[in-house]
Amino acid sequence: MSLDTVLFYVLAALVLGSAVMTITRRNVVHAAVWLISALVGVAGLFLLRGAEFLAGVQVIVYIGGIMVLFLFVIMLVPVHEESTQRRFSNQKWPATVAAVALFLWVAFIAVNGVSMLDHPGMAEPLGPGSLSENSEAVGLVLFSQYLLPFELASILLLVAIIGAIVMSKTRSRETES
Amino acid sequence: MEQLLANPYVPPLILTAVIILVFPLIAGYIVLAERKVLADLQVRLGPMRVGPYGVLQPLADALKLMLKEDVIPSQSDKWIFWLAPVLSTFTALSAFAVLPLSDRFFVADVNIGILFILAMSSIGALGLILGGWSANSKYSLMGSLRAAAQMVSYEVPLGFATVTAIMCAGTLSMQGVIASQLERGVWGAFDNYGLMLIPTVLFIIAGTAETNRAPFDLPEAESELVAGFHTEYSGFRWALFFLAEYAAIVVISSLCVTLFFGGWLRPFPNVAALEMPLNTAFPAALFALIALGCSKGVFRQALAGFRLVMAALTGLFLLVAAAFALPAANELMIGLFWFGFKLAVMVYMFIWYRGTFPRFRYDQLMDVGWKWLIPISMFGLILNGVVQLFARG
Repeated sequence: MSLDTVLFYVLAALVLGSAVMTITRRNVVHAAVWLISALVGVAGLFLLRGAEFLAGVQVIVYIGGIMVLFLFVIMLVPVHEESTQRRFSNQKWPATVAAVALFLWVAFIAVNGVSMLDHPGMAEPLGPGSLSENSEAVGLVLFSQYLLPFELASILLLVAIIGAIVMSKTRSRETES
Repeated sequence: MEQLLANPYVPPLILTAVIILVFPLIAGYIVLAERKVLADLQVRLGPMRVGPYGVLQPLADALKLMLKEDVIPSQSDKWIFWLAPVLSTFTALSAFAVLPLSDRFFVADVNIGILFILAMSSIGALGLILGGWSANSKYSLMGSLRAAAQMVSYEVPLGFATVTAIMCAGTLSMQGVIASQLERGVWGAFDNYGLMLIPTVLFIIAGTAETNRAPFDLPEAESELVAGFHTEYSGFRWALFFLAEYAAIVVISSLCVTLFFGGWLRPFPNVAALEMPLNTAFPAALFALIALGCSKGVFRQALAGFRLVMAALTGLFLLVAAAFALPAANELMIGLFWFGFKLAVMVYMFIWYRGTFPRFRYDQLMDVGWKWLIPISMFGLILNGVVQLFARG
């Protein structure tokens, strides 16, 4: 086995193990820490595939941004009360069906090979050989071929931000009156 | 030996080991410098007892911290309490892997060097947050809430300033940024007809806030929160947090030096006439001057042992000065010297702010971050982009 293969299995085990730990911990902060570990593992997998820019962004956005905000909110919740509450919601059966369907779908792709996802006009996949111009390549594709989806995503985020501000504003006016 | 050094994995590993072993000592001496400079600003003497003029104080402090009892609060979350200082120190020291210490001393020159440093500094914030939460104490929790809010807010202007510098240099690699400054013949701070000064100033302000240093040291404001997020930490675990803080200062200063002040290049790298005075005469004269200062101490100290220490320091600095006069040794060390010199100026400035500016109030901190720094940094980014597109040859 080559070093890459060994690293892949180590990182995959890290991601899956951490993900399982995330959903089985009763303490929410412990769950968040395991989720961070899973996200670090995903960044490692990106790095292994030569997508170094994605790896860096994964860590900065998911861990530095989103998980810090998660922890910020979780820290204000009394942990001991949370951990005594029921852990699973009532939607057990829909969730099981969705999970099984997703698993079958991923398994189907894994069996048939990723080439079935190809569609005409898709950007050339970047192999590990193109390591030196990785960030530049991502930027070029994002701002030329995929400009419309990119701009739509940013409008979606803008809407979400405005929505968050509107919601927090109305609540404060109610408390004042 | 030659064969061993030719192996691509061996020199980075040696350098990594050297950094991990030497950095705690350097951090200790930064602390001593900080105490001495602050004392000077406040017309005091600072540490004077351990060794002549207190020069052995860091060693005594390190010994004390190692021998102290390691207290873990009984109501704390033991796992997270253990994890937090490790996470902080690990990420802060990891960022050293991409710092270009000189043209030949660097662990790795990767294409995402700057992103890597930002990523490590954002994971380091988690150490502060988790450490404050796990101690199960109100002061610690308040400290980490402030740390989280502050680091998230100031990451944005820091990011914008960095993006402006990256745009100017055209690469994410640390050595590439320095190479582009050499090629353009101007430091990043003065590029684009001086407009790059906007992101430079913003980077220094946001960097101070990002490392939780005065006047932005609200997470550990001792007058309100005892010691903030590390209130419940003691002994070696506290020392790890301390080490992480100083490592973060050195990393942010190094990033600033690399992006805006030419990294290991000497000033005016394209003027050949300055090669001799700046690369040989200046370091040799600087270290000779330090040696002269130390030699005065040999006569002033009363104790024989202290005199011996001062004499040894005099000899050491004279030796360094002589080494810079030798062409072979000079060529090896000059990049390291200029990087270290610029770094020392930056770290001195960090200490200077701490002695000069009063601490911000929390609402002022958020005002400065969101209402001033972020709009100005966006404006600076757009302005520099336009200038670069139309006016730069």
